[in-house]
Amino acid sequence: MFDVLRKSLKVGVVTSSYPATPAALSPHARGCPEIDFAQWQDARPAARVCPTGAIAFTDAEGRRTARLDLGHCVYCGLCAEVDPAIRMTRRCEIAAYRRPDLISQATYSLKPDGTHERLVKGPDTPAPMVAQPKAVAELGRQIQAEAARLFGRSLHIREVDAGSCNGCELEISNLSGPIYDLERFGIHLVASPRHADMLLVTGPVTRNMELALKKTYDATPTPRLVVAIGACGCGGGIFGVNYATRGGVDAVIPVDVYIPGCPPNPYALLYGILQAVRKRAQA
Amino acid sequence: MNLLPSLMPMLDAVRERFEDRLDAVVAPRANEVYFHAHPDLVAGFCAYLYKAWDARLTGVFADDAVAEAGVFHLYYVYTLDAAGGFFILRVPVPPNRPEFTSLTNAVHAVNWQEREIQDMFGLKLIGHPNARRCALHDDWPEVHPLRKDFDLRAPMPPFQGERHKFRQVEGDGVFQVPVGPVHAGVIEPGHFLFSVAGEPVLYLQLRLFYTHKGTEKLFESLPITHGVRLAESISGDSSFAHATAFCHAVERACEVDAPPRARALRTVCLELERLYNHIGDIGAICTDVAFATANMHAMRLKDRVMRLNEHLTGNRLLKGMARLGGVRFDWAEDQLEPLRRLPGQLRPEFDSLMELIADSTGTRDRLERTGTLKPETARNFGVVGIAGRASGFNHDLRRDIPHAFYDQTQFKVPVFTEGDVLRRLEVRRVEVGESLSIIRQTLERLPAGPVFVPIDEVPAGRVALGYVEGWRGEIYHWIRTAPGNRLARCKIKDPSLQNWPALSEAILGNIIPDFPVVNKSFNLSYSGTDR
Ligand code: SF4
Ligand code: SF4
Repeated sequence: MFDVLRKSLKVGVVTSSYPATPAALSPHARGCPEIDFAQWQDARPAARVCPTGAIAFTDAEGRRTARLDLGHCVYCGLCAEVDPAIRMTRRCEIAAYRRPDLISQATYSLKPDGTHERLVKGPDTPAPMVAQPKAVAELGRQIQAEAARLFGRSLHIREVDAGSCNGCELEISNLSGPIYDLERFGIHLVASPRHADMLLVTGPVTRNMELALKKTYDATPTPRLVVAIGACGCGGGIFGVNYATRGGVDAVIPVDVYIPGCPPNPYALLYGILQAVRKRAQA
Repeated sequence: MNLLPSLMPMLDAVRERFEDRLDAVVAPRANEVYFHAHPDLVAGFCAYLYKAWDARLTGVFADDAVAEAGVFHLYYVYTLDAAGGFFILRVPVPPNRPEFTSLTNAVHAVNWQEREIQDMFGLKLIGHPNARRCALHDDWPEVHPLRKDFDLRAPMPPFQGERHKFRQVEGDGVFQVPVGPVHAGVIEPGHFLFSVAGEPVLYLQLRLFYTHKGTEKLFESLPITHGVRLAESISGDSSFAHATAFCHAVERACEVDAPPRARALRTVCLELERLYNHIGDIGAICTDVAFATANMHAMRLKDRVMRLNEHLTGNRLLKGMARLGGVRFDWAEDQLEPLRRLPGQLRPEFDSLMELIADSTGTRDRLERTGTLKPETARNFGVVGIAGRASGFNHDLRRDIPHAFYDQTQFKVPVFTEGDVLRRLEVRRVEVGESLSIIRQTLERLPAGPVFVPIDEVPAGRVALGYVEGWRGEIYHWIRTAPGNRLARCKIKDPSLQNWPALSEAILGNIIPDFPVVNKSFNLSYSGTDR
């Protein structure tokens, strides 16, 4: 017993001070890609190397509408390797209240060789909520108060794996560790949907999990929040829609907040969960 | 053919024994030999290889070659650990007589794999002790998704509800406890039906494939380079191992070797993956016996490794690092430096964590003789990886059929025979130390040079087996290439697939409250199984 105590005292406090301070990320961390739409010369090479279809375009009548959908993007960075107008950021704290807010797009007129002549529409970048360091600092303090006002107590979360590759689960489990420590915000991961205010759902929702997900949703008392986790949860990710998957979580149940990433790292998860609570508090 | 000398005696013996019954013998690579034969040979070939050469049947799968060859092919992959290679039997199944004879009674390890073939290809399984559906749940319509005439995006009717008839277990005071597919913890979905009499478990039925995502079919629709990213999402906790097994298969098909520096970097990444999972599992096992403090320390160390992953590859799960022909990123000095410091920093902290656990007699009491898998049962079920090595399975592809940089490093493969939770934890403990040592050795003789060779063209019509010892056990990817840098087939074999049924054996006689810790000590991948 004393040894256990001694060890813990020796190690000291390891919990990250996030969100009071910005997320501690490696300078080499890959967050979401960013497209300089004004300078974008040609969407085709990036679309060709993009493994998930996150970068895609449609050509019609001499015009091209090209887009980046963070609801599929796995932050692999392959697009940025072939296209100087795209760069990988370290931005990971991203959350959106609406699915279209994960999509940015622009329309170009085309030159005969298929490259972009000039921007004719857009860029339409409804920019998902991205962390502002100041606003983030507020969140930590707000969260408990808002959850208390909303639910009359702390926030209880139930996690549902509706078909993920288990990468998202790995990071969600890390939230209850000493570094990210969800509990310090009064947020608990609970064992049953009947005790939950919020569902964290990873996807893509498989055909075999569709019913179980619906039942879990129905068993969650209202008001309930649903947070779709990861590229797969947001839009089906690299799996998309096929004979065995339904795509993103919102194909099956209504979603309040989308958190992209593959998987979203613990900061991104914390940020998105805080945004979800805030959304309800604002409503 | 330029065959590995150690395989020669076996090849000669097989030839001599089955000469007139072998249609062809092809060795596309020095350690990968294909035998083409009639389906009649399947049972005899198996019995012979097991008895005479101590082979292991590590994969059974089908391939729809109706368009090219007019038949389906069944492949039986035998791993010859001692000789360092693979013998693969290929037999045809004509589409007008779509059936094949089961080997499950002889080799339990192929039970689920054979049923999966039946589901996905519509080849009827003859003589299987339980030839019910497995990969496609009972409410699926009569479709066979891996047949070429089935469209990847074919819409299926919505899931109507469970139609599965579980076996009834009857007797005085026997009752059944269903659990899942949505569980209490943050884990993947699966259904467990326990039959208990009082406390002890009499029988456990497993039902998986809830996370079936059509992954193998999806591979057939993607350019091969995109497949690398898909392979990273077969089982997130083994992203790098699966992606590397995939790249390995493609490289073998192209007769390209990843350059030495790439192989060294792959080795480091595979060991980092092993480290963060093993440390995390050790913590989680402690949680399941209520020693939460140990878990907190373990999670702290695990996060340190995951942060290093991010520093080295941009992603905490090492996603994005794999590439055909090598790896994507070379490491600059500011990345290598913390990596070099890792073994020295982590080792004392890890040892002190393990001491904490060893000193907790209560913990040891809960782990010892819990969830015992006897070596004999493990052998019958073909259990591999950590769970295998805790039950007398003395194999590790890193040592026996080395890939990446493993032939340049020295390490111990821990093997125990008690087969309980404690030994599965011990395997991890020893392997963590060995991983750190492998990383150190690799960095000491890190070769210079490029980290990949470009692979621009993948020749069509080739078959190749890629293999990697992931942290959980051996991973195989088998591919057949098609024109236009595509795949006609990608078979994924995660070690979980054959380890699951052994969990049902290990839990017998234990109490349900111990199930979480037994399950955790196996820590099998649902997604890797279901794909
Ligand atoms: S970073 Fe996103 S958009 Fe770019 S190639 Fe990868 S998946 Fe596609
Ligand atoms: S988003 Fe990425 S990590 Fe999460 S389930 Fe999908 S593939 Fe796995």
